[in-house]
Amino acid sequence: MDVYLPIANLSVNGLWIVALGALTGILSGLFGVGGGFLTTPLLIFYGIPPTVAAASASTQVTGASVTGVLAHGGRGGVDYRMGMVMVAGGIVGSGFGALLFRFLRSIGQIDVVISALYVILLGTIGMLMAREAVQTLRGTGSSQAARRRHHPLIASLPMRWRFYRSGLYISPIAPLVVGVAVGVLTMLMGVGGGFILVPAMLYILGMSANVVVGTSLYNILFVTMATTLMHSLTTKAVDIVLVFLLLVGSVTGAQIGSQIAVKAKPEILRLILAAIVLLVAFRMFLGLFYQPDEIYTLYPL
Amino acid sequence: MRAVLLILFAFALMGQRDPILVPEVSQHEVRVRQGFTGTELLLFGAVLDPLGRAAGSDYDIVVVLKGPSEPVRLREKERFVGVWVNAASSDFRSVPSFFAVASSRPVSEIVDEKTAAIYEFGTDYIQLSPSGVIDPEEQARFKAGLVDLKTRQQLYKQDFEGVQISEQVLYQSRISLPSSVSTGTYTAETFAVRDGRVIASAQAEVEVKKVGFERLVAEYSQEWSLAYGLMAVALAVGMGWAAGRLFALM
Repeated sequence: MDVYLPIANLSVNGLWIVALGALTGILSGLFGVGGGFLTTPLLIFYGIPPTVAAASASTQVTGASVTGVLAHGGRGGVDYRMGMVMVAGGIVGSGFGALLFRFLRSIGQIDVVISALYVILLGTIGMLMAREAVQTLRGTGSSQAARRRHHPLIASLPMRWRFYRSGLYISPIAPLVVGVAVGVLTMLMGVGGGFILVPAMLYILGMSANVVVGTSLYNILFVTMATTLMHSLTTKAVDIVLVFLLLVGSVTGAQIGSQIAVKAKPEILRLILAAIVLLVAFRMFLGLFYQPDEIYTLYPL
Repeated sequence: MRAVLLILFAFALMGQRDPILVPEVSQHEVRVRQGFTGTELLLFGAVLDPLGRAAGSDYDIVVVLKGPSEPVRLREKERFVGVWVNAASSDFRSVPSFFAVASSRPVSEIVDEKTAAIYEFGTDYIQLSPSGVIDPEEQARFKAGLVDLKTRQQLYKQDFEGVQISEQVLYQSRISLPSSVSTGTYTAETFAVRDGRVIASAQAEVEVKKVGFERLVAEYSQEWSLAYGLMAVALAVGMGWAAGRLFALM
């Protein structure tokens, strides 16, 4: 089924794009991450221009996270106060990200920066997740009680707020900064940032585990909305036809994924996610050192 | 009739023996719409001598199809501490988004290199108006890189057996446009060549444009960016919400 993408300016096989959306949808349903970290590289690999891929992937993540927010919000799994602080940071961050994107593009280093970010972030997080999952599987990860709630630096920040659902009494500056960082990454990498946000909330802020996924999805929802708008205004690279195809796959996939998630063991799931994340990171890492297919790249002036 | 004869006679007296080219393109408008996977243009026509008969003697035909030009910056990747990063770059002020040459015989057998360069008979001779890099060797390297890139994207092509001439009068050539062509005005130039000299040329235009929904999307995204972005967000939220409801019911 040939579909012409009016912004990407090329014709693609629509079924492939739907399948790609479904794959990331299943991942997001299974693991509670947006799946953007897989969509963007795969779209680029398929031949979609990188900017269009990043912009459209962030719009897709919006759609994929709506369902999750509704589900988690229904059973009190979203700390709206914390979420709003992070969203505020995220919107500022996506603004920074847009400027950074333009700057990196003008000096021609956007590709290598994006690849390096993927390698560093995915590599680190994949490794952490894998270690934790293995520890839990072996039953050695019982250090929960001994672990401190949040980073000592967080406690030293001034102006404390109460975040009841997260069970925290901390300065809003900390989640704000996390939000800004995720916003920048979302704009640059076309990812929702769930794979960064969830560990940051757990291990840096020390939020209670039952609101982490819901609040992360809430934040992703609004930040990807902001980045979609930012992309439409600056790069003008959101391809609505591509978005539609990805969404058809991902909203269906997300439901399938969440049904599998109910039956599977969470440690196994985390181990699989860690393996996928590490695989993507490794592929990107090799890409930095192997001679690229294209030595020359064109940038319109 | 007498007037026509008179004019033809006048041509003959003036020693005007150069043939006349009558070119045509199978379609003057390429519509890019849903399901567009590229198209094939048929460039055809006839060569007549001024007396309206077949041109008689042997000649060659070269057709050049060019898309709208744009200024681009070409970046070259280099190894830096083991990592491939963009290093040198060069600007070109007019890079045709599409370029295709077809001829009845290899261009090198038809004209000398100088003439080929003047009329852009081949992807090696595209005039790109480079700016910035002055060193001719480096410039040639960048140009070769650009042409190679565009050739593999099927946006630049040359076919030295792509023109068929029948009965020394009619010629035809097929040039395919991939789905990734840019929109704009394309020019199809036809040249008749004899004894290494271009003896006649003619030009036709082809308009490549997006129509219907595709055009709407492209225009909207450019001119109503904010509304377009909001629409994309609404689409995403709407579909996510609908899917959630749908599966909750099941």
